[in-house]
Amino acid sequence: MAQNRLSRLFQEKSGNLLNIYFTAGYPKLEDTVTILEELEAAGADLVEIGMPFSDPLADGPTIQASNMVALENGMSIKTLLQQLEGVRERVTVPIILMGYLNPVMQYGFERFCEDAARVGVDGLILPDLPFAEYEEEYKPVLEKHGLSLIFLITPQTSEDRIRQIDKLTNSFIYMVSSASTTGSQVQTSDSQKAYFSKVKGLGLKNPLLIGFGISDKPSFEMACLSAHGAIIGSAFIKALQKPQEVRENVRSFLQTLR
Amino acid sequence: MEYGVNERGYYGQFGGAFIPEMLYPNVEELREKYLSIMAEPEFQQELQELLHDYVGRPTPLYHAKRLSALYNTKIYLKREDLNHTGAHKINNTVGQILLAKRLGKKRIIAETGAGQHGVATATVCALAGLECIVYMGTVDIERQRPNVEKMRLLGATVVPATSGSQTLKDATNEAIRDWINHPEDTHYIIGSVVGPHPYPDMVARFQSVISEEIRKQLLEKEGRELPDYVVACVGGGSNAAGAFYHFLDEPSVNLIAVEAAGLGVDSGHSAATSVLGKTGIIHGSKTLLMQTEDGQITEPYSISAGLDYPGVGPLHAHLAQTGRARFIAITDADAMEALRELSRLEGIIPAIETSHALAALKEIKAGPEEVVVLNLSGRGDKDLNTILTYFEQQDGPK
Ligand SMILES: Cc1ncc(COP(=O)(O)O)c(C=O)c1O
Repeated sequence: MAQNRLSRLFQEKSGNLLNIYFTAGYPKLEDTVTILEELEAAGADLVEIGMPFSDPLADGPTIQASNMVALENGMSIKTLLQQLEGVRERVTVPIILMGYLNPVMQYGFERFCEDAARVGVDGLILPDLPFAEYEEEYKPVLEKHGLSLIFLITPQTSEDRIRQIDKLTNSFIYMVSSASTTGSQVQTSDSQKAYFSKVKGLGLKNPLLIGFGISDKPSFEMACLSAHGAIIGSAFIKALQKPQEVRENVRSFLQTLR
Repeated sequence: MEYGVNERGYYGQFGGAFIPEMLYPNVEELREKYLSIMAEPEFQQELQELLHDYVGRPTPLYHAKRLSALYNTKIYLKREDLNHTGAHKINNTVGQILLAKRLGKKRIIAETGAGQHGVATATVCALAGLECIVYMGTVDIERQRPNVEKMRLLGATVVPATSGSQTLKDATNEAIRDWINHPEDTHYIIGSVVGPHPYPDMVARFQSVISEEIRKQLLEKEGRELPDYVVACVGGGSNAAGAFYHFLDEPSVNLIAVEAAGLGVDSGHSAATSVLGKTGIIHGSKTLLMQTEDGQITEPYSISAGLDYPGVGPLHAHLAQTGRARFIAITDADAMEALRELSRLEGIIPAIETSHALAALKEIKAGPEEVVVLNLSGRGDKDLNTILTYFEQQDGPK
């Protein structure tokens, strides 16, 4: 069962969880599964696969560019789900699909959940799906297919809202490190430390993973002091741009982290 | 009001606020406060004073006799082109700048296509002494040069949007990303009835002064408040929303929304969203938008920078779906012909956006006893380069 892969992970391992984001179909259309396999082999605890979109509003230049290349390569939700067909015979790492709502809507939300669950996806991040719509329309569909929805919180999210989010979800909370789009550098400021320790002190039922601006070993380790783990996206996309073979790029980047 | 927004931010099935968490506090703050701030007597007094003394309102409702004779009907032009800065856009920016000040914001961002909204924003920022950053697609920077220079002269920073088609959609993306990166001190002045709730409703309310005045002026001139037709061009839809607003619940008034067909609705180079669009999400709003089967937003095309947008505001999506407004698509060529026609018949050079509405007069075929009000949303000064190049290619060099 899908949900179990995520909850099992959080039961087995309580800290230093490494979640790597990459864009499906990048750098080459057929790289998706190769990267996934290699990430598992190199010790990623979770993998977040981005479904490319023409207008990724919450993303900085690096992920915008990888989205564009992936779309030019011909990536789509349909192609991604075809690529993931049978992948559960080869990898066990929890898989989260991340994407903006519009392409998912056009694919058909129910059909999307059904197909994603069938190929072994465990959770979704849909950053532009609002709460009210989630509760009324989308939650029953997700639950029917055993998929978790992961919500974001930011330094500006009120305590009330964080608690509401904690109640609504049953996987982990994606803690955005600072007010920014993806890929900007984290500045370790006092206000950020205060934010991290405030959230840590709330006693939430869900684990916390910190993302946005986590790029290397020092920033990963720093994030792990305040949360159960961290998410690396843009820095990994940049590592994939190196001239070496894609497996080699994955391996050498992950070696720098552990 | 049957066509008004409901408490959840929807017009029928369109609207809402489909935004990432990073934008939630800002948008929520606006949603909670916009109606109460707008209802404050001091706010209203300050707004009315600015509209009157600074913008130059009320704008005339002009009986265009030679144009009327040509189409054998009675045509009034609502002269939004006579506003300070040359278009309707400033009705919204004066309102939003007063709101931003009451919210304690120090920094203003905006997107612009034709540059009219950018100039209108830079203008009110100068007036209020606030920092102003305007995002504009590189393609539009090229075709609307004079407006870029004006914004700079007014003290604004113009930031080129280099992603995608490098037009209005991409400038809007960049403005939204800026807002994500500045969650506390910044107000985003959206230039049309697009974006997450409450923007479409807020902008429509600020623009509704257009139809409020039309009703009064028509009563004076014609002895009746209701015209038979109200015609306006639609990019995001703000001038149309303002011109339609006080007629939405008057079924005898035919509402005509005019979109840009570009090189033709089926040419693959068009911005006729009501025909080519499907329901989806763009810039935080569920509405009609042009997209591929896979849900990727497609690049629109129009000669007019202000209509070159792949979506349409949720109010207009609702008006299209319910049939309350009739949507007409006008090509580049027909719009440019109408531009020359109005210049020569009435001595008014309209914006290329507005010229799309003018070209629709042919299709409407109003009767001789009927009254048509056409919202003349802006003047053509900003388009001079495009106009000259276009006619040179058409007619050969002078
Ligand atoms: C003169 C003029 N008319 C119309 C428009 C289109 O915008 P909207 O549909 O929001 O009125 C613009 C946009 O820049 C404009 O400058």
